[in-house]
Amino acid sequence: METKQILETIQMVEEEHLDIRTITMGISLLDTVAGDPKATAQNIYNKITTYAKNLVSVAEQIEREFGIPITNKRISVTPIALIAGHATPDEMLYYAHAMDDAAKAVGVDFIGGYSALVQKGFANGDLALIQSMPRALTETDLVMSSVNIGSTKAGINLDAIKLMGETVMAIAEKSDTANAKLVIFANAVEDNPFMAGAFHGVSEPDVVINVGVSGPGVVKRAIEKVKGESIQVVAETVKQTAFKITRVGQMVGALAAQRLGVEFGIVDLSLAPTPARGDSVAEVLEEIGLEQVGAHGTTAALMLLNDAVKKGGVMASQRVGGLSGAFIPVSEDAGMIDAAKAGVLSLAKLEAMTSVCSVGLDMIAIPGNTPATTISAMIADEAAIGVQNNKTTAVRILPTLGKDVGDMVDYGGLLGTAPVMPVVEKSSADFINRGGHIPAPIHSFKN
Amino acid sequence: MSKAVITVVGQDKPGIIAAVASNLSKHHINILDVSQTIMQNIFTMSMLVNLETLDEQFNALQDELNQLGDKLGVTIHTQREEIFETMSRVSTQDQPF
Repeated sequence: METKQILETIQMVEEEHLDIRTITMGISLLDTVAGDPKATAQNIYNKITTYAKNLVSVAEQIEREFGIPITNKRISVTPIALIAGHATPDEMLYYAHAMDDAAKAVGVDFIGGYSALVQKGFANGDLALIQSMPRALTETDLVMSSVNIGSTKAGINLDAIKLMGETVMAIAEKSDTANAKLVIFANAVEDNPFMAGAFHGVSEPDVVINVGVSGPGVVKRAIEKVKGESIQVVAETVKQTAFKITRVGQMVGALAAQRLGVEFGIVDLSLAPTPARGDSVAEVLEEIGLEQVGAHGTTAALMLLNDAVKKGGVMASQRVGGLSGAFIPVSEDAGMIDAAKAGVLSLAKLEAMTSVCSVGLDMIAIPGNTPATTISAMIADEAAIGVQNNKTTAVRILPTLGKDVGDMVDYGGLLGTAPVMPVVEKSSADFINRGGHIPAPIHSFKN
Repeated sequence: MSKAVITVVGQDKPGIIAAVASNLSKHHINILDVSQTIMQNIFTMSMLVNLETLDEQFNALQDELNQLGDKLGVTIHTQREEIFETMSRVSTQDQPF
């Protein structure tokens, strides 16, 4: 083995922030349903604490043996709305607390799956769950929530979008940060290990290990070495780098699954930034040749990056899944924060970028006096991009009471800080208040 | 577990290899391969060792070598060999890697 190769690996971890972002254990709760909500909540607690009891210690031992940080250990569960069909909004809190308590008992960082899938309409549990969100997300610490409001097959549920705009505002009235724990999806995927949107889909096995790998810093360093060369060289470099990163995820995931005696699911290779300098997707785009992210050309550079990451990742792992691509959260990415502060990166540009990357409008602070219907309309736009283009899109937006454009909001830790960004002040209310359902696009009829 | 790679990086001075090697010998660990270079006065050594009898004590060895590194003023990494191979290998036939 070559010393050069060994040192390259060590450097990726030490200087370029290569990490396994998460080992996420997906646990089905379909067999926990009992007659009454308290009994079901107890079953949920018991199942999670039994299945995940060794998750953290196994992950820490692997970290140690391979010298690669595993930043988060997480759990995802079956969307709670499916388990709690009979519950009232108040009773829903038993489930939220059971998840939170179980997550704390086993020592994981987050637990996802306080979720509802309403792309075609609401069942009883869905409405109760959404109505309980302002309390659930402020009374618990580790519970993450998501709602799927559209899909290419089902179209877009405008009633749900209206409700979610109102819910986001209701959460903002209780907390500046709790909306960071809520993602509103179109085309949500069932095996995503990343938060806040992770849940364990109904077609998944009883228990599974999914892994999310990250490494924007490694990609940036690799592109630095091909300065001035043609763009296909950049694509090839990203592809090869993504391959290496994904191989680590494949190895770690397979080993963790083996040691936990659990099936290995998928590797999600997503360039997920952290607020640390050098761990930024914006910096990767800038290295490709943009003076600052948000400049004209940003969408094209991001398209190349996202695609090359997928191509490298697919070859490197047995099963690729989740979101796999590049994440572009604002508050969690030093380069995005700079560009938003400078006014170079606008919401309009971010929306355009979401049409070519793996998620959507993510971790963006907006003024606290934004109307709920405007937030709904942002969700509708993102859903339209996802539904029409057969891809996942999402909205995780943070209205902040008492703050206005240019103010900074601090979310703490990996969630970072964000400048409050301006939104278009013209009303979308009449559009959102129509309610109903936007039909599925014609190309969804493939049978 | 079978093999590990021990990497030492830091300011060169006499006795680094000797100190690492005597620590390994205390644990009855066999050294399979050593490669060493000095680049701009920075000492870099990588060592492939056999861990066949040391499964349970990997953590103890790693802790001791970390302490030794602190004492010598160098950084010592002790990692399973697979991570280095995996990164540049396509095949996934030999499960679980």
